[in-house]
Amino acid sequence: MTWDEMAPLLWEATGQTVEMVAWSTLFTVLIGLPLGVALVVTDRGGLLPSTPLNRVLGLVVNIGRSLPFIILMIAVIPLTRMIVGTTIGTTASVVPLTLGAAPFFARLVETALREVGDDKVQAAQAMGASRTTIVGKVLLPEAMPGLVAGLTVTVVALISYSAMAGAIGGGGLGDLAIRYGYQRFETPLMIVTVVVLIVIVQLGQMLGDFAARHLARR
Amino acid sequence: MIDVSGLRKVYRDRGREVVAVDGVDLRVRDGEIFGVLGRSGAGKSTLLRCVNLLERPTEGTVTVAGRELTALGEGELRLARRGIGMVHQHFALMSSRTVAGNVAFPLEIMKVGRAERARRVAELLELVGLADKAKAHPGQLSGGQKQRVGIARALAGRPAVLLSDEATSALDPATTQSILALLKSLNRELGLTILLITHEMNVVKSICDSAAIMKDGRIQESGAIPDLLARPGSRLTDELFPLPPAEPGAVTITFAGQAGEPVISQVVRKFDVDVNILGGALEEVAGVAAGRLRVHLTGGGRDAALAHLSERGLLVEEAR
Repeated sequence: MTWDEMAPLLWEATGQTVEMVAWSTLFTVLIGLPLGVALVVTDRGGLLPSTPLNRVLGLVVNIGRSLPFIILMIAVIPLTRMIVGTTIGTTASVVPLTLGAAPFFARLVETALREVGDDKVQAAQAMGASRTTIVGKVLLPEAMPGLVAGLTVTVVALISYSAMAGAIGGGGLGDLAIRYGYQRFETPLMIVTVVVLIVIVQLGQMLGDFAARHLARR
Repeated sequence: MIDVSGLRKVYRDRGREVVAVDGVDLRVRDGEIFGVLGRSGAGKSTLLRCVNLLERPTEGTVTVAGRELTALGEGELRLARRGIGMVHQHFALMSSRTVAGNVAFPLEIMKVGRAERARRVAELLELVGLADKAKAHPGQLSGGQKQRVGIARALAGRPAVLLSDEATSALDPATTQSILALLKSLNRELGLTILLITHEMNVVKSICDSAAIMKDGRIQESGAIPDLLARPGSRLTDELFPLPPAEPGAVTITFAGQAGEPVISQVVRKFDVDVNILGGALEEVAGVAAGRLRVHLTGGGRDAALAHLSERGLLVEEAR
């Protein structure tokens, strides 16, 4: 296979990977961030302690995290069909990707929020701040470097998951590597695909590190 | 200004009960600086946090500026807390905000408008001597500067009461003195009532008008400092002027404010006694010179001399 033959394939697959990762990152944050906040807030000694709710949320998160992604992907096929209407293609893969990454991100959010000193929360309470103010104006801003670092790890994990999603027709670089590199023995394409993946992961990690460092320096 | 009555705080820890505060009554008068002195674990921190209900007391009532906080619902309590400033041992500043942003935070909670907020923040930073640090981040400040920011923040809502939770314990001696001087001047100029807890005698000595000593969740003694100095067997006095245990016959004389008078030479001349000074200490406490002298008195006029000293308002304690 010549470079001229490979280039359009690579270009399209990269676009699909970026699309999958971008959308699933968005939904992962939308689900994982509130979930992580809820885990911290409902914990014993939290802002709104509720042991039953905390246990249930913890269990949901742990179930989500204990399923290997390749299994989860297949297990949620009915749900994917319900939400997207189809189970193959880039859009369909956003559902399992989000479900796989959201619990993971929620735990990272939880860890980052716990790093915020109790004294800051109490200082805000002593000023008469409401719970929502404390979450929005103390916990989240103070945890921002940790949240950004957590998001970076999540995005990298999503890139890796998205390659697996390729196996069930999600498209993207993983799909390309399997169809051409593995099934047709197109070793050069396989190598180029891997290089592109490495470059994407590197870029994501560098961007995340830069942002986290910038936020932490204050 | 602050009235604490019958306060108890019991924690439940794995089925065991831990009594942190065990029946405390405390009265802080309008415009005074009241210090609660005690070792760590004495329950003073819990006591302070019960005053603005960061900890809800198990029993007892807390009244601040005429409002019984223990009777308020959550929403009302949040509003009431805005009239009570608090400074913290480790400053509790937000690292994601600038100095000005930290001071503005309580004003944001109170929904003060942007222009008014900026004006008030500038005023407060001027008050604590940090006008040039408005745009700095807390990480760039020294400990003393951080605590000044903490104090400015605590004053943002123009509170009548300031609670200080070991505000100087993380600071070096020179910085401690400058922070104490700031608190004293705020107390004088703004009429701010301050309730502070500390394990440092120096804090009580430097700025407090009244003090209480706390141990094992209880107040051992409490009152205006001159009154405590005049009280026989006062623990505060013992802590202030540590003297070795008195041998039988030794007399301990404690005075506060009468240091200007030559009482000892007077009794020597008047009652024909010999005075042998065994030990002594002099301190400036609550703005007056106070001290303690351990002496041996011998001679015929001994009893009359001791009676004379008592009449002059000195505390005379005789070891047996």
